[in-house]
Amino acid sequence: MTSTISSNRKKSKIKLWAAAVWLIVWQVVSMRIGQEILLVSPVAVIRRLLELVQTAVFWQSLACSFLRILAGFLLGMISGVLLAAAAAVFLRIDELLEPFVQTVKSIPVASFIILVLIWVSPENLSVIISLLMVFPVIYTNVRDGIRSMDRKLTEMAELFAIPISYRIRYIYASQILPFFRAGCTLALGLCWKSGIAAEVIGLPENTIGENLYNAKIYLNTPDLFAWTLVIVVISVLFERFFLWLIDLGVKRVERMG
Amino acid sequence: MEIRISGLQKSYGDHKVLDNFSAVLPVGKTACIMGPSGCGKTTLLRILMGLEKADGGRVEGIPDKKSAVFQEDRLCDNLSAKTNIRLVCPKRSVDEIEEGLRTLGLYECMDQPVREYSGGMRRRAAVLRALCADGDILFLDEPLKGLDDEMKEITAGYIRIRAEGKTVVCVTHDREDIDLLGADQVIQMNYRK
Repeated sequence: MTSTISSNRKKSKIKLWAAAVWLIVWQVVSMRIGQEILLVSPVAVIRRLLELVQTAVFWQSLACSFLRILAGFLLGMISGVLLAAAAAVFLRIDELLEPFVQTVKSIPVASFIILVLIWVSPENLSVIISLLMVFPVIYTNVRDGIRSMDRKLTEMAELFAIPISYRIRYIYASQILPFFRAGCTLALGLCWKSGIAAEVIGLPENTIGENLYNAKIYLNTPDLFAWTLVIVVISVLFERFFLWLIDLGVKRVERMG
Repeated sequence: MEIRISGLQKSYGDHKVLDNFSAVLPVGKTACIMGPSGCGKTTLLRILMGLEKADGGRVEGIPDKKSAVFQEDRLCDNLSAKTNIRLVCPKRSVDEIEEGLRTLGLYECMDQPVREYSGGMRRRAAVLRALCADGDILFLDEPLKGLDDEMKEITAGYIRIRAEGKTVVCVTHDREDIDLLGADQVIQMNYRK
Protein backbone atom coordinates (compact mmCIF):
# COMPACT_ATOMS: atom_id res chain seq x y z
CA MET A 1 0.00 0.00 0.00
CA THR A 2 1.39 3.40 -0.89
CA SER A 3 1.08 6.72 0.86
CA THR A 4 -0.78 9.77 -0.32
CA ILE A 5 1.15 12.98 -0.64
CA SER A 6 -0.05 16.12 -2.39
CA SER A 7 1.59 16.78 -5.72
CA ASN A 8 3.01 20.09 -6.81
CA ARG A 9 0.04 20.53 -9.11
CA LYS A 10 -1.95 23.62 -8.26
CA LYS A 11 -4.87 22.65 -6.06
CA SER A 12 -8.09 23.68 -7.81
CA LYS A 13 -10.19 26.01 -5.70
CA ILE A 14 -13.95 26.49 -5.82
CA LYS A 15 -14.72 29.78 -7.54
CA LEU A 16 -17.53 31.88 -6.14
CA TRP A 17 -19.18 32.35 -9.54
CA ALA A 18 -19.22 28.57 -10.16
CA ALA A 19 -20.83 27.95 -6.78
CA ALA A 20 -23.38 30.69 -7.51
CA VAL A 21 -24.27 29.10 -10.87
CA TRP A 22 -24.90 25.72 -9.22
CA LEU A 23 -27.01 27.31 -6.50
CA ILE A 24 -29.11 29.05 -9.16
CA VAL A 25 -29.49 25.76 -11.06
CA TRP A 26 -30.56 24.07 -7.81
CA GLN A 27 -33.08 26.82 -7.05
CA VAL A 28 -34.52 26.76 -10.59
CA VAL A 29 -34.82 22.94 -10.71
CA SER A 30 -36.43 22.87 -7.28
CA MET A 31 -38.95 25.57 -8.32
CA ARG A 32 -39.72 23.64 -11.55
CA ILE A 33 -40.35 20.41 -9.59
CA GLY A 34 -42.38 22.34 -7.05
CA GLN A 35 -42.33 19.62 -4.39
CA GLU A 36 -40.07 20.18 -1.37
CA ILE A 37 -40.17 16.51 -0.49
CA LEU A 38 -38.34 15.65 -3.73
CA LEU A 39 -35.94 18.56 -3.96
CA VAL A 40 -35.89 21.33 -1.43
CA SER A 41 -34.68 24.77 -2.58
CA PRO A 42 -31.44 26.28 -1.21
CA VAL A 43 -33.44 29.15 0.25
CA ALA A 44 -35.63 26.70 2.20
CA VAL A 45 -32.52 24.86 3.43
CA ILE A 46 -30.98 28.06 4.75
CA ARG A 47 -34.28 29.05 6.35
CA ARG A 48 -34.50 25.66 8.09
CA LEU A 49 -30.89 25.85 9.18
CA LEU A 50 -31.51 29.26 10.75
CA GLU A 51 -34.39 27.72 12.69
CA LEU A 52 -32.27 24.77 13.80
CA VAL A 53 -29.37 26.87 15.12
CA GLN A 54 -31.77 28.49 17.56
CA THR A 55 -32.53 25.17 19.25
CA ALA A 56 -30.55 23.54 22.05
CA VAL A 57 -30.83 20.13 20.35
CA PHE A 58 -28.88 21.43 17.37
CA TRP A 59 -25.87 22.47 19.47
CA GLN A 60 -26.08 19.37 21.63
CA SER A 61 -26.11 17.11 18.54
CA LEU A 62 -23.28 19.07 16.97
CA ALA A 63 -21.14 18.85 20.12
CA CYS A 64 -21.78 15.12 20.65
CA SER A 65 -20.95 14.17 17.06
CA PHE A 66 -17.96 16.52 16.88
CA LEU A 67 -16.39 15.31 20.12
CA ARG A 68 -16.82 11.62 19.27
CA ILE A 69 -15.47 11.95 15.74
CA LEU A 70 -12.63 14.14 17.01
CA ALA A 71 -11.78 11.50 19.63
CA GLY A 72 -11.75 8.81 16.93
CA PHE A 73 -9.59 10.95 14.69
CA LEU A 74 -7.07 11.73 17.43
CA LEU A 75 -6.88 8.09 18.55
CA GLY A 76 -6.38 6.94 14.95
CA MET A 77 -3.78 9.62 14.36
CA ILE A 78 -1.78 8.89 17.52
CA SER A 79 -1.85 5.11 17.08
CA GLY A 80 -1.03 5.53 13.36
CA VAL A 81 2.01 7.69 14.09
CA LEU A 82 3.33 5.48 16.91
CA LEU A 83 2.88 2.21 15.03
CA ALA A 84 4.30 3.72 11.83
CA ALA A 85 7.44 4.70 13.74
CA ALA A 86 7.70 1.17 15.13
CA ALA A 87 7.02 -0.40 11.69
CA ALA A 88 9.65 1.76 10.02
CA VAL A 89 12.25 0.47 12.48
CA PHE A 90 11.07 -3.14 12.90
CA LEU A 91 10.10 -4.91 9.68
CA ARG A 92 8.19 -7.60 11.59
CA ILE A 93 5.75 -5.02 12.98
CA ASP A 94 5.13 -3.75 9.46
CA GLU A 95 4.56 -7.30 8.22
CA LEU A 96 2.21 -8.01 11.11
CA LEU A 97 0.14 -4.88 10.58
CA GLU A 98 -0.04 -4.97 6.78
CA PRO A 99 -2.90 -7.55 6.53
CA PHE A 100 -4.90 -5.55 9.11
CA VAL A 101 -4.30 -2.28 7.26
CA GLN A 102 -5.21 -3.80 3.88
CA THR A 103 -8.36 -5.38 5.33
CA VAL A 104 -9.55 -2.16 6.94
CA LYS A 105 -8.91 -0.28 3.69
CA SER A 106 -10.83 -2.71 1.52
CA ILE A 107 -13.85 -3.59 3.68
CA PRO A 108 -16.84 -1.29 3.05
CA VAL A 109 -17.44 1.07 5.95
CA ALA A 110 -21.09 -0.10 6.30
CA SER A 111 -19.90 -3.67 6.97
CA PHE A 112 -17.54 -2.39 9.62
CA ILE A 113 -20.23 -0.32 11.27
CA ILE A 114 -22.61 -3.28 11.57
CA LEU A 115 -19.83 -5.55 12.79
CA VAL A 116 -18.54 -3.08 15.38
CA LEU A 117 -22.09 -2.36 16.54
CA ILE A 118 -22.23 -5.97 17.77
CA TRP A 119 -19.27 -5.32 20.08
CA VAL A 120 -19.64 -1.72 21.24
CA SER A 121 -22.48 0.54 22.34
CA PRO A 122 -23.97 2.95 19.74
CA GLU A 123 -22.50 5.88 21.74
CA ASN A 124 -18.96 4.69 21.07
CA LEU A 125 -19.55 3.48 17.53
CA SER A 126 -18.54 6.67 15.72
CA VAL A 127 -15.33 6.86 17.81
CA ILE A 128 -14.29 3.35 16.76
CA ILE A 129 -15.30 3.77 13.12
CA SER A 130 -13.47 7.11 12.78
CA LEU A 131 -10.41 5.54 14.41
CA LEU A 132 -10.53 2.59 11.99
CA MET A 133 -10.80 4.86 8.96
CA VAL A 134 -8.06 7.25 10.10
CA PHE A 135 -5.51 4.72 11.31
CA PRO A 136 -4.54 3.06 7.97
CA VAL A 137 -4.16 6.38 6.17
CA ILE A 138 -1.96 7.97 8.84
CA TYR A 139 -0.02 4.75 9.44
CA THR A 140 0.81 4.24 5.76
CA ASN A 141 1.73 7.86 5.11
CA VAL A 142 3.93 8.31 8.17
CA ARG A 143 5.64 4.94 7.67
CA ASP A 144 6.43 5.82 4.05
CA GLY A 145 7.59 9.27 5.16
CA ILE A 146 10.03 7.73 7.62
CA ARG A 147 11.26 5.26 5.01
CA SER A 148 11.82 7.93 2.41
CA MET A 149 13.92 10.09 4.71
CA ASP A 150 17.15 11.32 3.13
CA ARG A 151 19.87 8.89 4.22
CA LYS A 152 22.50 11.49 3.47
CA LEU A 153 21.11 13.81 6.12
CA THR A 154 20.93 10.90 8.57
CA GLU A 155 24.62 10.17 7.88
CA MET A 156 25.44 13.84 8.36
CA ALA A 157 23.66 13.83 11.72
CA GLU A 158 25.58 10.69 12.75
CA LEU A 159 28.93 12.16 11.79
CA PHE A 160 28.38 15.45 13.59
CA ALA A 161 26.90 13.55 16.56
CA ILE A 162 23.81 15.79 16.58
CA PRO A 163 21.72 15.04 19.73
CA ILE A 164 18.69 12.84 19.06
CA SER A 165 16.22 15.51 20.19
CA TYR A 166 17.67 17.94 17.63
CA ARG A 167 17.62 15.25 14.93
CA ILE A 168 13.93 14.54 15.51
CA ARG A 169 13.03 18.19 15.65
CA TYR A 170 15.09 19.67 12.83
CA ILE A 171 15.96 16.81 10.50
CA TYR A 172 13.37 14.04 10.74
CA ALA A 173 10.21 16.03 11.47
CA SER A 174 10.49 18.28 8.42
CA GLN A 175 10.88 15.26 6.15
CA ILE A 176 7.99 13.29 7.66
CA LEU A 177 5.53 16.15 8.19
CA PRO A 178 4.53 16.57 4.51
CA PHE A 179 3.51 12.89 4.52
CA PHE A 180 1.69 13.32 7.83
CA ARG A 181 -0.08 16.44 6.58
CA ALA A 182 -1.22 14.73 3.37
CA GLY A 183 -2.47 11.79 5.45
CA CYS A 184 -4.40 14.12 7.77
CA THR A 185 -6.06 15.89 4.83
CA LEU A 186 -7.42 12.59 3.56
CA ALA A 187 -8.21 11.17 7.00
CA LEU A 188 -10.15 14.25 8.14
CA GLY A 189 -12.60 13.90 5.26
CA LEU A 190 -12.89 10.15 5.81
CA CYS A 191 -13.51 10.36 9.55
CA TRP A 192 -16.45 12.74 9.12
CA LYS A 193 -18.09 10.68 6.39
CA SER A 194 -17.65 7.39 8.22
CA GLY A 195 -18.42 8.82 11.67
CA ILE A 196 -21.75 10.25 10.59
CA ALA A 197 -22.58 7.04 8.67
CA ALA A 198 -21.91 5.13 11.91
CA GLU A 199 -24.30 7.42 13.77
CA VAL A 200 -27.02 6.96 11.15
CA ILE A 201 -26.78 3.19 11.57
CA GLY A 202 -26.07 3.04 15.32
CA LEU A 203 -28.47 5.87 16.22
CA PRO A 204 -26.85 7.19 19.41
CA GLU A 205 -29.03 9.85 21.03
CA ASN A 206 -28.56 13.57 20.30
CA THR A 207 -26.19 13.26 17.36
CA ILE A 208 -26.14 14.57 13.82
CA GLY A 209 -26.59 11.01 12.58
CA GLU A 210 -29.79 10.58 14.59
CA ASN A 211 -31.17 13.83 13.19
CA LEU A 212 -30.33 12.72 9.64
CA TYR A 213 -32.07 9.40 10.27
CA ASN A 214 -35.18 11.11 11.61
CA ALA A 215 -35.23 13.44 8.61
CA LYS A 216 -35.18 10.37 6.36
CA ILE A 217 -37.91 8.56 8.32
CA TYR A 218 -40.27 11.55 8.28
CA LEU A 219 -39.33 12.52 4.70
CA ASN A 220 -38.22 15.87 6.07
CA THR A 221 -36.07 16.95 3.14
CA PRO A 222 -35.26 20.47 4.43
CA ASP A 223 -33.87 18.93 7.64
CA LEU A 224 -31.90 16.36 5.66
CA PHE A 225 -30.26 19.06 3.53
CA ALA A 226 -29.73 21.39 6.50
CA TRP A 227 -27.94 18.72 8.54
CA THR A 228 -25.90 17.70 5.51
CA LEU A 229 -24.84 21.31 5.09
CA VAL A 230 -23.82 21.39 8.75
CA ILE A 231 -21.65 18.29 8.26
CA VAL A 232 -19.95 19.79 5.20
CA VAL A 233 -19.27 23.11 6.92
CA ILE A 234 -17.97 21.61 10.17
CA SER A 235 -15.80 19.08 8.33
CA VAL A 236 -14.24 21.77 6.10
CA LEU A 237 -13.70 24.15 9.02
CA PHE A 238 -12.16 21.44 11.17
CA GLU A 239 -9.88 20.32 8.33
CA ARG A 240 -8.67 23.88 7.70
CA PHE A 241 -8.14 24.50 11.42
CA PHE A 242 -6.24 21.26 11.94
CA LEU A 243 -3.98 21.78 8.91
CA TRP A 244 -3.33 25.35 10.06
CA LEU A 245 -2.33 23.93 13.47
CA ILE A 246 0.09 21.51 11.78
CA ASP A 247 1.67 24.30 9.70
CA LEU A 248 1.96 26.49 12.78
CA GLY A 249 3.55 23.58 14.66
CA VAL A 250 6.09 23.05 11.88
CA LYS A 251 7.13 26.70 11.98
CA ARG A 252 7.52 26.61 15.77
CA VAL A 253 9.42 23.34 15.70
CA GLU A 254 11.93 24.55 13.14
CA ARG A 255 12.60 27.83 14.88
CA MET A 256 15.82 27.55 16.87
CA GLY A 257 16.02 29.57 20.02
CA MET B 1 50.69 10.61 16.58
CA GLU B 2 49.52 9.91 13.08
CA ILE B 3 46.67 8.35 11.15
CA ARG B 4 47.69 5.04 9.62
CA ILE B 5 45.90 3.61 6.63
CA SER B 6 47.20 0.20 5.65
CA GLY B 7 46.20 -2.10 2.80
CA LEU B 8 42.74 -0.65 2.34
CA GLN B 9 40.54 -2.50 -0.14
CA LYS B 10 37.07 -1.74 -1.41
CA SER B 11 35.07 -3.06 -4.35
CA TYR B 12 31.55 -2.45 -5.63
CA GLY B 13 30.66 -5.68 -7.38
CA ASP B 14 33.45 -6.41 -9.83
CA HIS B 15 34.70 -2.84 -9.76
CA LYS B 16 37.69 -2.47 -7.51
CA VAL B 17 37.77 1.08 -6.14
CA LEU B 18 40.59 0.79 -3.60
CA ASP B 19 43.28 -1.80 -4.00
CA ASN B 20 45.74 -2.08 -1.16
CA PHE B 21 45.78 1.67 -0.47
CA SER B 22 48.18 2.72 2.28
CA ALA B 23 49.17 6.10 3.65
CA VAL B 24 50.23 7.87 6.82
CA LEU B 25 48.53 11.20 7.54
CA PRO B 26 50.06 13.69 9.97
CA VAL B 27 47.97 14.77 12.97
CA GLY B 28 47.43 18.52 13.27
CA LYS B 29 48.34 19.08 9.62
CA THR B 30 46.50 19.29 6.30
CA ALA B 31 46.72 16.30 4.00
CA CYS B 32 45.29 16.51 0.50
CA ILE B 33 44.43 13.40 -1.46
CA MET B 34 44.42 14.18 -5.14
CA GLY B 35 43.27 12.23 -8.13
CA PRO B 36 40.94 12.21 -11.14
CA SER B 37 37.19 11.79 -10.77
CA GLY B 38 36.19 8.19 -10.10
CA CYS B 39 39.54 7.10 -8.65
CA GLY B 40 38.04 6.36 -5.22
CA LYS B 41 38.80 9.56 -3.30
CA THR B 42 35.30 9.92 -1.90
CA THR B 43 35.11 6.23 -1.03
CA LEU B 44 38.40 6.54 0.85
CA LEU B 45 37.10 9.59 2.71
CA ARG B 46 33.85 7.81 3.58
CA ILE B 47 35.81 4.88 5.01
CA LEU B 48 37.94 7.28 7.06
CA MET B 49 34.77 9.02 8.27
CA GLY B 50 33.39 5.65 9.35
CA LEU B 51 30.40 5.86 7.00
CA GLU B 52 31.47 2.88 4.94
CA LYS B 53 33.25 -0.38 5.72
CA ALA B 54 36.34 -1.42 3.84
CA ASP B 55 36.56 -4.93 2.43
CA GLY B 56 40.03 -5.26 3.84
CA GLY B 57 42.86 -3.31 5.47
CA ARG B 58 43.02 -1.11 8.57
CA VAL B 59 42.59 2.48 9.61
CA GLU B 60 44.07 3.59 12.93
CA GLY B 61 44.17 6.88 14.79
CA ILE B 62 40.93 8.56 13.64
CA PRO B 63 39.56 10.70 16.51
CA ASP B 64 35.96 10.21 17.67
CA LYS B 65 34.90 13.83 17.20
CA LYS B 66 34.59 14.37 13.47
CA SER B 67 33.52 17.18 11.21
CA ALA B 68 33.06 17.19 7.46
CA VAL B 69 32.18 18.94 4.24
CA PHE B 70 30.49 16.22 2.21
CA GLN B 71 30.62 15.83 -1.54
CA GLU B 72 27.01 17.09 -1.56
CA ASP B 73 26.27 19.95 0.83
CA ARG B 74 23.90 17.91 3.02
CA LEU B 75 22.21 20.96 4.49
CA CYS B 76 18.65 20.89 5.82
CA ASP B 77 16.90 22.78 3.03
CA ASN B 78 14.09 24.22 5.11
CA LEU B 79 16.43 25.65 7.75
CA SER B 80 18.48 28.85 7.53
CA ALA B 81 22.27 28.77 7.22
CA LYS B 82 22.52 29.95 10.83
CA THR B 83 20.24 27.16 12.11
CA ASN B 84 22.05 24.56 10.00
CA ILE B 85 25.28 25.61 11.68
CA ARG B 86 23.84 25.81 15.18
CA LEU B 87 22.45 22.33 14.76
CA VAL B 88 25.96 20.86 14.84
CA CYS B 89 27.36 23.22 17.46
CA PRO B 90 24.54 24.43 19.74
CA LYS B 91 27.00 25.62 22.39
CA ARG B 92 29.00 27.88 20.07
CA SER B 93 28.24 31.58 20.51
CA VAL B 94 25.96 33.27 17.99
CA ASP B 95 28.56 36.05 17.57
CA GLU B 96 31.19 33.56 16.48
CA ILE B 97 28.84 31.98 13.95
CA GLU B 98 27.78 35.37 12.63
CA GLU B 99 31.41 36.39 12.26
CA GLY B 100 31.95 33.33 10.06
CA LEU B 101 28.81 34.06 8.05
CA ARG B 102 30.05 37.60 7.50
CA THR B 103 33.49 36.42 6.34
CA LEU B 104 32.01 33.98 3.85
CA GLY B 105 29.48 36.52 2.52
CA LEU B 106 26.39 34.87 3.97
CA TYR B 107 25.53 37.35 6.71
CA GLU B 108 22.83 39.20 4.76
CA CYS B 109 20.92 36.01 4.02
CA MET B 110 21.76 34.00 7.15
CA ASP B 111 18.11 33.72 8.21
CA GLN B 112 16.82 32.63 4.81
CA PRO B 113 16.17 28.92 4.23
CA VAL B 114 19.16 27.44 2.41
CA ARG B 115 16.89 26.06 -0.32
CA GLU B 116 16.82 29.65 -1.59
CA TYR B 117 20.63 29.77 -1.82
CA SER B 118 22.75 29.39 -4.94
CA GLY B 119 25.12 26.41 -5.24
CA GLY B 120 28.10 28.49 -4.15
CA MET B 121 26.28 29.90 -1.13
CA ARG B 122 25.26 26.42 -0.04
CA ARG B 123 28.84 25.25 -0.37
CA ARG B 124 30.09 28.10 1.82
CA ALA B 125 27.40 27.34 4.41
CA ALA B 126 28.48 23.68 4.42
CA VAL B 127 32.14 24.71 4.87
CA LEU B 128 31.29 27.06 7.73
CA ARG B 129 29.19 24.36 9.43
CA ALA B 130 32.15 21.98 9.31
CA LEU B 131 34.49 24.65 10.70
CA CYS B 132 32.15 25.59 13.53
CA ALA B 133 31.56 21.98 14.59
CA ASP B 134 33.86 20.97 17.37
CA GLY B 135 35.64 18.13 15.57
CA ASP B 136 39.17 16.94 16.19
CA ILE B 137 39.47 15.96 12.54
CA LEU B 138 38.03 17.74 9.54
CA PHE B 139 37.18 15.85 6.35
CA LEU B 140 36.78 17.95 3.23
CA ASP B 141 35.41 16.52 -0.01
CA GLU B 142 36.01 19.07 -2.77
CA PRO B 143 35.31 21.96 -0.36
CA LEU B 144 35.80 24.71 -2.94
CA LYS B 145 33.59 23.11 -5.60
CA GLY B 146 31.27 25.57 -7.34
CA LEU B 147 32.91 28.72 -5.94
CA ASP B 148 34.21 31.55 -8.13
CA ASP B 149 37.91 32.47 -7.94
CA GLU B 150 37.47 35.25 -5.40
CA MET B 151 35.27 33.16 -3.11
CA LYS B 152 37.63 30.21 -3.45
CA GLU B 153 40.45 32.34 -2.06
CA ILE B 154 38.36 33.77 0.75
CA THR B 155 36.93 30.36 1.73
CA ALA B 156 40.28 28.55 1.52
CA GLY B 157 41.90 31.32 3.59
CA TYR B 158 39.18 30.99 6.22
CA ILE B 159 39.60 27.20 6.32
CA ARG B 160 43.34 27.67 6.88
CA ILE B 161 42.77 30.05 9.79
CA ARG B 162 39.94 28.13 11.49
CA ALA B 163 41.45 24.67 11.00
CA GLU B 164 44.94 25.61 12.15
CA GLY B 165 46.34 22.93 14.42
CA LYS B 166 43.59 20.48 13.48
CA THR B 167 43.94 17.36 11.38
CA VAL B 168 42.48 18.07 7.96
CA VAL B 169 41.97 15.42 5.29
CA CYS B 170 40.89 16.90 1.99
CA VAL B 171 40.14 15.17 -1.29
CA THR B 172 40.15 17.11 -4.55
CA HIS B 173 40.90 16.73 -8.22
CA ASP B 174 41.98 20.35 -8.54
CA ARG B 175 45.66 21.23 -7.93
CA GLU B 176 44.71 24.87 -7.35
CA ASP B 177 42.67 23.83 -4.29
CA ILE B 178 45.75 22.17 -2.79
CA ASP B 179 47.76 25.39 -3.12
CA LEU B 180 44.93 27.50 -1.75
CA LEU B 181 44.47 25.23 1.26
CA GLY B 182 48.24 25.16 1.95
CA ALA B 183 48.46 21.39 2.16
CA ASP B 184 51.30 19.96 4.25
CA GLN B 185 51.09 16.62 2.48
CA VAL B 186 49.78 15.60 -0.94
CA ILE B 187 48.87 12.01 -1.79
CA GLN B 188 48.24 11.16 -5.41
CA MET B 189 45.61 8.54 -6.27
CA ASN B 190 45.27 7.06 -9.73
CA TYR B 191 42.23 5.84 -11.61
CA ARG B 192 41.78 2.07 -11.52
CA LYS B 193 40.29 0.29 -14.55
